[in-house]
Amino acid sequence: MTSSKTPPSSISRETDLSGMEYRWGFVTDVESDMAPKGLNEDTVRFISAKKNEPEWLLEWRLRAYKHWLKLEANDAEPTWAKVKYPAIDYQDMYYYSAPRSKDAAPKSMDEVDPELLEAFEKLGVPLHERQKLAGVAVDAVFDSVSVATTFADKLEELGIIFCSFNEAVQKHPELVKKYLGSVVPYTDNFFATLNSAVFSDGSFAYIPPGVKCPIELMTYFRINTEGSGQFERTLIVADKGASVSYLEGCTAPVRKTSQLHAAVVELVALDDSEIKYSTVQNWFPGTKEGVGGVYNFVTKRGRADDRAKISWTQVETGSAITWKYPSVILKGDDSVGEFYSVALANNHQQADTGTKMIHMGRNTKSTIVAKGISAGFGQNTYRGQVKIMPGAENATNHTQCDSLLIGDKCGAHTVPYIEVQNPTARLEHEASTSKVSDEQLFYLMQRGISEEEAHHMIITGWSRDVIRELPFEFAMEASQLLKVSLEGAVG
Amino acid sequence: MTTAAISPTIAAYASEFAAVRASANSNSSSWLTSLRESAWAEFEKIGFPTTRRGNETWKYTDLGRLDRETFSRSFGEISLAEVKSAAPWSDDWQTAVVVDGKFVAGLSNNLSGAGVSVTELEASAAADEAVIKSALGQVAKVEGNAFVALNTALFSGGVFVNVAAGVETEQPVHIINIVTAGADNRASYPRTLVTAGANSKASVIESFINLSDGPQFVVPVIEVSLGEGSTVTHYRIQLENEKTIHLGTTRTVHPANAVFNSTSFATGPAIGRNDVHTLLAEPGAETTLHGLYITNGKSHQDNEISTTHEKPHGTSHQYYKGILAGKSRAVFSGRVVVKPGAMKTLAEQKDMNLMLSHGAEIDTKPSLEIYADDVKCAHGATAGHVDKNMLFYLMSRGVSRHDAAFMLVAGFAGEIVDEFQPAQVSEFLYKKLETIIPGLDSEGIL
Repeated sequence: MTSSKTPPSSISRETDLSGMEYRWGFVTDVESDMAPKGLNEDTVRFISAKKNEPEWLLEWRLRAYKHWLKLEANDAEPTWAKVKYPAIDYQDMYYYSAPRSKDAAPKSMDEVDPELLEAFEKLGVPLHERQKLAGVAVDAVFDSVSVATTFADKLEELGIIFCSFNEAVQKHPELVKKYLGSVVPYTDNFFATLNSAVFSDGSFAYIPPGVKCPIELMTYFRINTEGSGQFERTLIVADKGASVSYLEGCTAPVRKTSQLHAAVVELVALDDSEIKYSTVQNWFPGTKEGVGGVYNFVTKRGRADDRAKISWTQVETGSAITWKYPSVILKGDDSVGEFYSVALANNHQQADTGTKMIHMGRNTKSTIVAKGISAGFGQNTYRGQVKIMPGAENATNHTQCDSLLIGDKCGAHTVPYIEVQNPTARLEHEASTSKVSDEQLFYLMQRGISEEEAHHMIITGWSRDVIRELPFEFAMEASQLLKVSLEGAVG
Repeated sequence: MTTAAISPTIAAYASEFAAVRASANSNSSSWLTSLRESAWAEFEKIGFPTTRRGNETWKYTDLGRLDRETFSRSFGEISLAEVKSAAPWSDDWQTAVVVDGKFVAGLSNNLSGAGVSVTELEASAAADEAVIKSALGQVAKVEGNAFVALNTALFSGGVFVNVAAGVETEQPVHIINIVTAGADNRASYPRTLVTAGANSKASVIESFINLSDGPQFVVPVIEVSLGEGSTVTHYRIQLENEKTIHLGTTRTVHPANAVFNSTSFATGPAIGRNDVHTLLAEPGAETTLHGLYITNGKSHQDNEISTTHEKPHGTSHQYYKGILAGKSRAVFSGRVVVKPGAMKTLAEQKDMNLMLSHGAEIDTKPSLEIYADDVKCAHGATAGHVDKNMLFYLMSRGVSRHDAAFMLVAGFAGEIVDEFQPAQVSEFLYKKLETIIPGLDSEGIL
């Protein structure tokens, strides 16, 4: 198999694409181990072999691959979302690209490639000592491989497992085998099936019974290699009575070609446990003219058992296209599902995002707060489903989705599906769409605040219900991101 | 919609159309003949819709029965007394009676009123060619719609309501559509065209009454061609039997400042669909689409309610309420599209449901598609059951549980029923509620 040094040059930003302010658009010059372009059974075997995976996992991947071939033959790539993009050539893509370590895997932080560390430095990932101050344990995924996991010792004392997915396969195969695909089976949908076949790494967390994870777990994803897809797989299991807060951040360098990101996240919340999953997604959104950018086609789903709670919070400012519906299956009695989202579509970005709340257990409760901001030529769609199954006695749902429009060329769409099969359910859905109120703008500007700043203040206030669900450091970053992403949209 | 293979049932419609084609003689308007031809060609091309993947507009409604059962046109007889006892009636109204899809002048009343004429559509096609040709099939387009296509190809006679410019009427036009008893598997294609002159004001009631207890196929289409500044108020009453498939279509196109208000009352059918689309094509147009659906047993009622705002200063209100019992299922699929440039649009959309039984299902999808920024749009949807606190409040004051529940359900329905005018119509519907609501109490949940 080939190993090439890509990309050829290290530049802080590709100047011809610097029309827009994407601060995270640097390319890191690291040597990568790559599988040849294209997807076939050998690619799947190559990835599996690279990972030194057990037989059962290779078989699972191959089953997924065979299923994906069937789906592709039947044109089963989803087309119902309100997004437009040229057909993806699945053969014109790298499915595996790993930073090539000069020796074996790093045993300590000192052995991590300094260039990688520098890359994360630029990203602001607190990978070194800083993370102890920040109290964040980081599993950084660079292209598709987990680079270094920090703070592992501290967690180990509590019996918490937080490592790369690959490491989990080696060290805790019984856990991975038990839960992998239990919430998102490999047959779930086109992109999840593709991920199941070719996923290269990701994060794994297991919180033992009764343990409250004392620090926030964090993964930072970054796509570096040009023309590569990123297919990471995250699996988080909170055992009975456990609780954990998990953070995920994403960036990618500026590239003219579009990059595919088809991740799968599975959350398993056993009885009485709680998982809080926060995402700040800032993949490269493409240029102002709509060239390049990340296609973010992600399947995220959690299963909540009796009295368990799963909460998704997302701030989506990046990606050329977002196709993402973090969901909760409220399987157990008295389980709770929450979804808080701010999605922004500026320039030529397209976002079709929302959630699914599937109520199966009795006295289940879900809350959805979704805020969409459209600017420039952006198209933003909230698409969500609330389903009350026949056995879900006394289920309740409250959904609120609001859209803001900035400029007359953008679009804001709301498509909720509410399916109720039990008469004891109580559901409320409300939504509104409008532009930033002239009166509010006037009030602020009259007091000497610039139009742009006034917009920012109003939008921050309007998004507060969601932002305040984020852990503090993330909340600051998210608010800042909204501001940067909307630069130039006003006036 | 996807193309269906030619099935025996499609072949049955084909032979019916062959009969329509053969009966077209030198008296028929050639433009109407070619309209029917193109409608039939469209139906042959698209066939019946399926619930297959990707077909959003038929996601929740399965028409598989249409591939298995054959329905064809036939016409029964009915007396005036029977008509009067089945539907609200007033000698003051202009009443057109349509029996099994065919306009019957002999049973109708007051056809030529002051400024409002009610005639047979087909018979008027030559005389009123200028008005009818520019409206028929232009408001309710056949493209992509199997049932508008089928109706256009096969309707018998049809009703033409023409309101002269500037006329404001006191009394409504009532179109009573009756399916007679005596034969099963009848297909009927009631067709109504309303043309409203500039600044006119009129109201049209459409009643759909089924006197048979067997399976029937009712495919009505009403299209309303509005004049500038005109207002048409439309009431639709659908009282079906539990074996019938009733797929109704309502279409309007609004010039500047034209208003269309519609209130629907739907109950009964095995598969029912109330498909309404209002196109606000010019500035200042307005539409209010309200409705009540009550389902029980194995009934299935689908409401496909949509409005497109093409120009600025348009206003739309969608408000539907549902009461569901038994193993029934109802669908509300609301859609508001605000096109680029349609600034100062005000749009509201709401669907509220009262669920009375285990086994009932509501699928509600109030959706907004907005491409203009200076707009105010809002939507909402709720589902719930009879409020226990309210029930307790009434019972603690000596009202029996049954009466208290009846009052609450009737009160929920009453908000829509009260809109039906003249008062005689809402009284007629309240009488119906007195039998419908107790019938909903299959599990004693009330």
